[in-house]
Amino acid sequence: MTTINTTMQDSPLTIAGKTFTSRFMLGTGKFKNKSDVAESITASGAEIVTVALRRIDVERHEENILEYIPEGITLLTNTSGARNSQEAVRIARLARESGCGNWVKIEAINDSKYLLPDNNETIKATEILSAEGFVVLPYMFPDLYTARALVKAGAAAVMPLGSLIGSNQGLKAKEFIKILIDEIDEVPIIVDAGIGVPSHAAEAMEMGADACLVNTAVATAENPAGLAEAFSLAIRSGRLAYLSGGPQAQETADPSSPLTHFLYEHDRSS
Amino acid sequence: MNIILNGKPKELPDPLGLKSLVERSCKDKSPVIAELNGEIIKLPQREETALKEGDVVELVSFVGGG
Repeated sequence: MTTINTTMQDSPLTIAGKTFTSRFMLGTGKFKNKSDVAESITASGAEIVTVALRRIDVERHEENILEYIPEGITLLTNTSGARNSQEAVRIARLARESGCGNWVKIEAINDSKYLLPDNNETIKATEILSAEGFVVLPYMFPDLYTARALVKAGAAAVMPLGSLIGSNQGLKAKEFIKILIDEIDEVPIIVDAGIGVPSHAAEAMEMGADACLVNTAVATAENPAGLAEAFSLAIRSGRLAYLSGGPQAQETADPSSPLTHFLYEHDRSS
Repeated sequence: MNIILNGKPKELPDPLGLKSLVERSCKDKSPVIAELNGEIIKLPQREETALKEGDVVELVSFVGGG
């Protein structure tokens, strides 16, 4: 792993009082081989990893995903498959019963074409689960009122979508995520969904996102561990750029070299 | 006895406890969470939970997910 040498001191990512060095969260869905899951987690440096719950297949043997997740990683159970707040709450309660922790990523989705999160159902589930002591990280459509309601409901972070789940389209919702970054100070803003290449993740971090969650891009790469490391570097790079106060774009040019004044002197004398 | 296991009808020997059903249904060591008629049955209570005709059982476990 390359080390970025810098005098810049970054504070750790803090979610619900727990601190993390890495600002890269990795999903474990869609991997062809389970061994790639373990290698990608290691290469990513991720300290928070998402998993999901499914009915067990009583007819055939299924590999246990947890065996491929290194010790010390914080598990974040996704309520994927939930169509409303009640189903999300049911999945979260089941997950907690496993003894694998009480961190839950709320996904309440009732649209199979776009997989857009239902912000209202997400707020309801966040309220119920926070009150039950869960650490709730809601996946949401980047809307300021919803973000505020989620914070009020007890969310430990807010996870706006960059673009549609699994689409690799990058930050289509960039301007609205920026509003959340500017206005929501109480909890971290974690960009989730649609991040397809490392430059998308860097872009999110450069504008001040606290972390990124990536799954599809890494899981479907020819070399998942390689891309996981690339994302890790991009996220660190974007974070460093943000902390260093990079400049804003402007409409006109501004010379980066001093103008050659002696040429003007010559013009004047002739 | 006939129950619904993960959405499908299943014929089982009678008597059978929930703990035994979990053991015979799961071929690996992943943590399995059991729900009986919509209620989560905690691990210590599985042994003493006897199944009966018409019960609806859900057994879920962790898989990869985003």
